[in-house]
Amino acid sequence: MTAELVTEVGAAPEAPTRGRQVRQRLFADRMAMAGLVVAVLMIVAAVAAPLLIHLEGQDATSYHPELLDSARGGVPRGAFGGASGAHWLGVEPTTGRDLFARALGGAQISFLVAFGTLIVQILLGVGVGLAAGLGGKVADSVLGRLIDLAISFPQLIFAIALLAIVPSGFPRPLLLMLVIGLFGWGGTARLIRGQVLSLKTRDYVSAARLSGASRARVAVREILPGVSAPLVTYAALLIPSNMISEAGLSFLGVGVRPPGSSWGQMLSSATTWFQADPTYVLVPGLLLLVNVLAFTVLADGVRTALDPKARSLRGGRR
Amino acid sequence: MTRFLLRRFASTVVLLLVMVALVYLIFYTLPSDPAVLVCGKGCGGGQLAVIDHKLGLDQPEWVQFWHFLEGIFVGRDYSSGPDVSHCAAPCLGFSFQNDQPVLSLIGQRLPVSLSLTIGAMVIWLLIGVPAGVLSALRAGRITDRVVTAASVLAFGAPIFVSGMLLLMLFCGYLHWLSFPVYVPFTENPAEWAKNLLLPWFTLAIAQAAIYARLTRTGMLETLSEDHIRTFRAYGLRERRIVGRHALRGAITPVITISAYDFGYILVGAMLTETLFGLPGLGQLIVQSSNNVDLPVVAGLTLVAGAAIVVANTAADLLYAVVDRRVVLS
Repeated sequence: MTAELVTEVGAAPEAPTRGRQVRQRLFADRMAMAGLVVAVLMIVAAVAAPLLIHLEGQDATSYHPELLDSARGGVPRGAFGGASGAHWLGVEPTTGRDLFARALGGAQISFLVAFGTLIVQILLGVGVGLAAGLGGKVADSVLGRLIDLAISFPQLIFAIALLAIVPSGFPRPLLLMLVIGLFGWGGTARLIRGQVLSLKTRDYVSAARLSGASRARVAVREILPGVSAPLVTYAALLIPSNMISEAGLSFLGVGVRPPGSSWGQMLSSATTWFQADPTYVLVPGLLLLVNVLAFTVLADGVRTALDPKARSLRGGRR
Repeated sequence: MTRFLLRRFASTVVLLLVMVALVYLIFYTLPSDPAVLVCGKGCGGGQLAVIDHKLGLDQPEWVQFWHFLEGIFVGRDYSSGPDVSHCAAPCLGFSFQNDQPVLSLIGQRLPVSLSLTIGAMVIWLLIGVPAGVLSALRAGRITDRVVTAASVLAFGAPIFVSGMLLLMLFCGYLHWLSFPVYVPFTENPAEWAKNLLLPWFTLAIAQAAIYARLTRTGMLETLSEDHIRTFRAYGLRERRIVGRHALRGAITPVITISAYDFGYILVGAMLTETLFGLPGLGQLIVQSSNNVDLPVVAGLTLVAGAAIVVANTAADLLYAVVDRRVVLS
C-alpha cells in the first residue's frame, strides 16, 4: 500500500510494479502453482462438462441395469466399479448410472455454490464491516456484537435448521448459497472492520475528507481499495471452506437433492458400499479432497505473495 | 473477579434470551402453518386442530412466546381436554412425532455425544499439542515441515472424506475393526472403546491439525519473548524453560479453543455421527431436520447455542487461571 506513495516519477523506471511482484512471487511458489493447475483443470472440466459427457457418450441419469451383477446385490460387473471405455469412471451400484457424468455434475454444483456463496459473503461482510468501521460509535458497537455473534455461532447447525423449514420447491443450489452465505459472513466483516478502523485515521483519508469528499465517496474511493488485498486473501480461503460446507450439507441430505448430483450426496449414498464397491466411494471422495486441497494451497500462495511478511497459513485456518 | 463473573453472567443471560427469541421467531412463527410442521409429514385435518389447540396456536403470538419462555423456566403442560402431556422445567418443546418432550430425547442421546467428544478430545490433545511443540522446537527443519504438511492434509480433508477413507482402510481392507455400533460404556467398556475408535480418530485427526498449528505458533511466540531470554541468560536448563515457561504461554490459546470445541462438537458432530451411524445429538439434529420435526430442531439449536456460550465463558475463566497476566474485566 505504501509502495506507490514513495515512488517518485522517473525515479526507477524498471522497478517492478506491485502487481508484477505479487505475480512473480506467486509463480515461484511451486505448491501454489500445483494448486492453481489442479484448480484450473477442475474449473475447465466443470464448465466443459456437457461437452465431456457428450464425448464419453453417456448421461447422468440413464439407468444401466445390464452392467450390474444382480447376484451380488447390484455391484457393477468388472474391476474398478465397472470402469471401461464406455464408462470412464465406472457406474453407480444398484442403478448403473454413469459415474463420470455424475461426478462432473457434482463439480458444477461445487463451484457454483462455492462462488455464489462467496458473493453473498463478500456483499454482507464488506457491507457490515464498512458500516461498523465508518459508522460511528453506536453503529460500531451494535454491529460489532452482531459480527461476534455471526462468528461464534455454530453455522452448520443453523444452516441445517433453516434448510428444514424452507419449502422444497425453492431451487436448491440458490438456497445453499444463501444459507451458507448468511451464516458465513462474520469473518469477512471482522476483517474489513479492523482494516477500516486502521485506514480511516491515515492522512490520505483525512485529506480526502477535508477536501470535501462525501462519506460514501471516502468509503468507496479511499477505503475500499485499501482493504482489497486482505479481502482477496480471505476470499481465496473462503472458497474451499464453502466447498466443504456444500458437500457436508449434501452429505447430510439437506443440500442438493436427486436427481441433481453433488460430491457430498454421492459420498453419502456410497457409505454402505465401501466394501463391495470401493470405486464408488473413491471417485467423489478423492475429487472433493483434491479440489479442496488445491484451492487451499492456492489461497495460501496468494496470501504469502500479497504479504510476504505474513506467516504461511499452511495447516490451519483458525 | 466477582464483578467479572456477574457481568459475564448477565451478558450470557441476555445473549441466551436473544437466542431463544430468535429461535422461537424462526421456528414457531415464520412457517405458515406451524401445526403442519410440528406434526410432520402425513398429518390429517383432525390431528392438526388438536395440535393447534395443544400448542396454543389459537392464542395471540406474544402469549405463545410467553408460554414458550415459561416452559423453559418452570415447565408447562401441553393439553387438549383429557390428553395432557407434561413437559418439566427446562421445557424446550414437545416432539409430537416422538410423543416425548424434546429434553428427554436429548437426554437419551447425550451419553453417546459425550463419549464421542471426550474420547476424541483426549486423542487430539495428545497428538496435536506434542506435535506442535516438536514442530516449534525444530522450526524450519525437516520434522517441522513433515508436521506442517501432515496438518495441511489433515485439516484440508473434509471430515466425512477422511472418515470414509479410514473406514475403507480399517474395516474394508485390513479387517481390523468392524463397522462401528454404539455400545454403552456401562454395558461393556472394552466394546465401547473398540467401536468408538474410528469415530474418535476421524474427529481427532482434523482437530489435531488445528491444535498442532496453534501450539506451534504459541510456542514460537513465547520462546521469542524477553523473559525466556532472561531465563536462558541465568543458565536455566532448556528442558525447564520449554516445559515450565514456554509451554505455559503456548497452552492458553489451546485451552480457549478446547472449551469452545468441546461445546461445539458435543452438539454438532453431525457429519461424524451420521457417517458412523452413532445415535448422538448431531445425528438427532439431522434426522429431525429431515423429518421436519421442528420442536426438536428448535430445542437442539437452543442447546447448541447455550453450550457454546457457556463454553466460551468457561474458556475465559480458565484463561485467567492459566495465564496470570490476564486481568478479567
